[in-house]
Amino acid sequence: MVEDRLAVERVLAGQKDAYEVIVRKYQARAYRAALGWVGNGEDALDLSQDAFVKAFRALGRYDRARPFFAWFYVILRNTCFNFLRRCRRERTVSLDLVPEGAAATEDEAKRAELKRRVWRAIAALPGPIREVMVLKYFDELSYREIAEAAGCPIGTVMSRLYYGRKKLRQELEGYHRG
Amino acid sequence: MDRSHDRYKQLLMALLDGELAPGERSELEAHLAGCRECRDELAGFRRLKEVTDMVRFAEPDDASWESYWRVIYNRLERGLGWILLSLGAILLLAYGAFRLVEELLTDPTVALLVKVGVGALLLGLVILVVSLVRERLYGLRSDRYSREVRR
Repeated sequence: MVEDRLAVERVLAGQKDAYEVIVRKYQARAYRAALGWVGNGEDALDLSQDAFVKAFRALGRYDRARPFFAWFYVILRNTCFNFLRRCRRERTVSLDLVPEGAAATEDEAKRAELKRRVWRAIAALPGPIREVMVLKYFDELSYREIAEAAGCPIGTVMSRLYYGRKKLRQELEGYHRG
Repeated sequence: MDRSHDRYKQLLMALLDGELAPGERSELEAHLAGCRECRDELAGFRRLKEVTDMVRFAEPDDASWESYWRVIYNRLERGLGWILLSLGAILLLAYGAFRLVEELLTDPTVALLVKVGVGALLLGLVILVVSLVRERLYGLRSDRYSREVRR
């Protein structure tokens, strides 16, 4: 967090290149969070970059007492929401969770089907629960980090994870037994 | 599960994700020893975790990661350039169009029908642009995702 604060101060002092430190540190996390929302790798890449550009322009409003990613995540999430609304495909995103291509084996075909089912189950969750699931499954954040990003207590994070996983379990019931 | 189990639902999640505090672990273990329902839940969630751990999500290739910052930097650098270019183009086109229309409308050899047609075209264009701008402004005002959420 100290490193982030120093980088932000340098950027605000006019050293645009200092922003690279922040971007490189969080680019993978930003991409994965965006992927969790839109389900498409190319769009996730574009949207995460959009969010970094917006964050740069809003850097003057960033509260340096807060973790940078928690603040940035709100911008990223809103960017993804606007994109989904424009495309009107929140429930019918093109799945790109793994590279396209014919499955070489039955095992690969089963894995591909599993990924589709996991994505559909997560995409069908209510917003606040989906958000926590995305941050856990796609970004692998800790409970504290999720609570900061989502703006809710840690206990709420755990309750939402419980509900989300229970729904996921129901969706994948057939896969467990199969 | 009744409300008294709410706490244990949370602890089950923490156990699965390796986020249990030491005191919480002994509390949960004591509960699990006497609660079949929670033991079954835990077993179900562990099976789910085995399944979801097999899922891999698409990652950009190395070249995409290498160029990631460059794309952002270029957008930050060129933003002002594009704005000025667009502004300049609009001003020049608007001036050119104005002079063209002025000459057309004041030329006595041009048929009245043509003048009326050009006038109607321009009026229609202005109405459409104004309507588009108003719709965009309305959308921005009522768009709950257009502003950073303040917590």
